Amino acid sequence: MTTTPFSLTGGEVRYDRRSVLRGIDLTVRPGEVVAIMGSNGSGKSTLIRALLGLIPLSAGRAELYGVPPARFRDWKRIGYVPQRLSIGGGVPATVREIVASGRIARQSRLRPSSAADRRAVDEALTAVGMADRARDPAQELSGGQQQRVLIARALAGEPEAFVMDEPTAGVDARSQETLAATLSELVGQGRTVVLVAHELGPLEPLITRSVVLEAGRIVHEGVPPMPQGECARPGHDHVHPHASASEPRLLS
Amino acid sequence: MIELLSYDFLRRALIAAVLVGVAAPAVGTFIVQRRLALLGDGIGHIALTGVGLGLLTRSSPTILALVVSGLGAVAIELLRVRTRTGGDVALALLFYGGLAGGVLFANLSGGSANLNSYLFGSISSVSPGDLWVVAGLAVAVVVILAVFGRELFVLCQDEEVARASGLPVRFLSLLIAVTAALTVVVAMRAVGLLLVSALMVVPVAAAQQLTRGFRATIGLAVVVGVVAAVGGLWVSVDVDIAPGPTIVLLAMAVFLAAVGTGRLIRMRRTEGS
Repeated sequence: MTTTPFSLTGGEVRYDRRSVLRGIDLTVRPGEVVAIMGSNGSGKSTLIRALLGLIPLSAGRAELYGVPPARFRDWKRIGYVPQRLSIGGGVPATVREIVASGRIARQSRLRPSSAADRRAVDEALTAVGMADRARDPAQELSGGQQQRVLIARALAGEPEAFVMDEPTAGVDARSQETLAATLSELVGQGRTVVLVAHELGPLEPLITRSVVLEAGRIVHEGVPPMPQGECARPGHDHVHPHASASEPRLLS
Repeated sequence: MIELLSYDFLRRALIAAVLVGVAAPAVGTFIVQRRLALLGDGIGHIALTGVGLGLLTRSSPTILALVVSGLGAVAIELLRVRTRTGGDVALALLFYGGLAGGVLFANLSGGSANLNSYLFGSISSVSPGDLWVVAGLAVAVVVILAVFGRELFVLCQDEEVARASGLPVRFLSLLIAVTAALTVVVAMRAVGLLLVSALMVVPVAAAQQLTRGFRATIGLAVVVGVVAAVGGLWVSVDVDIAPGPTIVLLAMAVFLAAVGTGRLIRMRRTEGS
């Protein structure tokens, strides 16, 4: 049980009495690559926040590696990549400073950064192709580059499981390819990935299971079909055969 | 300048100016990063009630300002977390309550004139006792930032990421608020409670026109803070004007110069590339 990275049983979330998630049962096993999909407002981001214990459940139980989030101490096993909107703040920070902060769960308060810290940061920067921008302020980068910085921050912590909120949203094609290459390397190493996506694009072949949300409920769960022919072309308007006919744009 | 140092009160003022110049921008960088630039201003208003109580009870206004602004900082942080909407109204109530309470208590004590030196600063009247308190607080601020800086950086960057990294988010949030309160009391004697926030924010705003990273911003902001505080004190003694506003206006002048220089640097860079 303790090897299961994420599990949510009977998960329910309410904001101001409005129910956002209802009756969610979701278990993510090690090595899985799960895509959480659905239209805007279907509860995708809420679901991964609930998985991580970042928002309280009004009913049900969340567990990280078999432990409720409030008692979970092993946060270095998890790397969270938030939506890009949150990069920066009111003061400039270099790409390297932001990526290095991803080591925080592995560092102790009074000890300065170690050689292992610096090496992990270098590797993370190289993995997302941002090593040459390490000294630039993150605020000056393009959206796709900022997204890569946030992913590098999670990579630097060397976690076993990643949770990514819309890593492909508003990201140019080249950054999406870089992301896909990085992810496939992680998946090859047996790491677990849960990601929210509006469209999968070049990530599609990596996904082992997709979970489709509609109005706060899981309406579909299964293996995404392998894209073939016209469907394999990146950036095309993709409609899954199992998407309900009444909402053909659900996954597009 | 050198011969002025033979005066005890000026030596004390100079030391206080350096301490303020270091502590205020250092904390300010984290607070600006967290997009709470006016936090210092609010705590300054609340601290005034402490000053008033000190004057009224004939005990140390500095110590009581410390206690009241510390409690105020905790209250602000709790309000910020608990109330998503209407939080700014609650904060306004706290700020104006603090200001009104301070003026009222000072009035009751019959020492309203005294209040002016806390509202607008009177760095040249710093007593040896005050200086020890200010020095102790400034050291505490620097030590807190040195020990918790890495965690505070993550917190001020993104609270959810901090939580998902296992950081004690509530403790760190209170820590940064209370550290800001300590800084307000440090800066109170130099520039006064109404201008405290200026020394926490303006040097940071100036520094970030020229810097590319967080560490560099802290470093340069501290340099700007010390230059403004010491330079402002020197100018104010030289031409016999109030030191508090002189210090703040000097920091503003550095900010304007930094904006211009920053523009030039960026223009060069885009032309060069």
